[in-house]
Amino acid sequence: MAKKRIVSTTINGTQKDFLCEPRQTLLEVLRDSLDMTGTKEGCSNGNCGACTVHLDGRPVVSCLVLAVEADGATVETIEGVACNGQLHPLQDSFLNNAALQCGICTPGFIMQAKSLLAENPNPSEHDIRFYLAGNLCRCTGYDKIVRAVQDAAGKMSGCCSEAKV
Amino acid sequence: MRDFDYAAPTTVAEAVQLLQSHNGAARPMAGGTDLIDQVRVGRLTPDLVVDIKKIPELTAIDFSTTGLRIGAAVPCYRLYHDAQITAAYSALTDSATIIGGIQIQSRASVGGNLCNSGPAADSTPSLIALGAIVVIAGPKGTREVSVDTFCTGPGKNILERGEFVVEIKLPARAAHSGSAYQRFIPRNEMDIAVVGVGVSVTLDAAGQNFVAAKIALGAVAAKPLVADAAAKALIGQAVSEATIQKAAEAARAIATPIDDMRGTIEFRKHVTGVLTARVIQQAVERARAT
Repeated sequence: MAKKRIVSTTINGTQKDFLCEPRQTLLEVLRDSLDMTGTKEGCSNGNCGACTVHLDGRPVVSCLVLAVEADGATVETIEGVACNGQLHPLQDSFLNNAALQCGICTPGFIMQAKSLLAENPNPSEHDIRFYLAGNLCRCTGYDKIVRAVQDAAGKMSGCCSEAKV
Repeated sequence: MRDFDYAAPTTVAEAVQLLQSHNGAARPMAGGTDLIDQVRVGRLTPDLVVDIKKIPELTAIDFSTTGLRIGAAVPCYRLYHDAQITAAYSALTDSATIIGGIQIQSRASVGGNLCNSGPAADSTPSLIALGAIVVIAGPKGTREVSVDTFCTGPGKNILERGEFVVEIKLPARAAHSGSAYQRFIPRNEMDIAVVGVGVSVTLDAAGQNFVAAKIALGAVAAKPLVADAAAKALIGQAVSEATIQKAAEAARAIATPIDDMRGTIEFRKHVTGVLTARVIQQAVERARAT
């Protein structure tokens, strides 16, 4: 077996060091080693977006990132989205617009939508659908998700976790 | 996933040395979006994964008056976030925008897309249309090859053991030139090309005649095709519907697609003609707009 590596990262603003095998994905380490099960495993081949996290500020599917690659990197997961006990506007909007049913895809959608709103605070419906094309939902039919993101876009000011994405 | 070791060298020489080791069972990794999945499903069985992203040249972009150099591991999003590249090498940014979803584009590179050598790779027809040169490092030193001859079959290319792609060089954009890439897919996003067409054209100063052209086709043969006859049908001719149709017919004539769930042979050939005409038209519009 390949030697385990020590990986130093900053996850949701906190310095975290962990041991992993080179073959372990970031998704696997988040869920199985660090007990951060908010990030979901869907297809495990990069198609569904359920495992979306931010790696050095960019949205990535964590099933296609080796955990060793996160050495020296900043990772943001769904667990870091609410701040000071307050839901993020996107989380609020998903609840208020009933944009989830089974909920497995939701953390990925929230992370991806957060990235979208940081890049484009006022997206059109087309912009939203295009940016979220890498996230699959088998329950909602997407309309409610699109509406939730539009709704959140208008309520983003003053949210503390928007300092950087 | 299968057990393998991992190394992240910081120089090209070190990477070549690592790739030569392990008796051919070492694989370079850029964004990993294809590699990690292929290891997971057992299609690739590396003993060593060599992460090439820590080598400065591999993630560098150099836009100058002499052309564009793109490190082989530069992720797609960095290309289309660059206004200069988008304006001068539109076909390439057209491709970079539609490879996978946004998450994939955060990691996937044009170099990796080329080296996976899928017949339907979205960026390869654009590289061919834009006249790209591939810079390869290996045990015998560095060599440069035209991207036209890089792919040799599905998943196959000219890379020899220990070699990897360091960067892709594109010539400076000619005056009055424009380029475009489009693909046909049954969905709006996140799909594999049924047909992909990359075109680059140079017009005369009045924008009325084709001075130069290059056309490449994806997903209609075992490897991306250079549609020379189609380009020749344009060069020296007036920009007209009739000229463009002749080129489209020449492109259609060289397509030798397969039948599969995404499209029949007849459908793919037909779409090759239709798409070629559309992409030429778009490249002309872009050439005239500058």
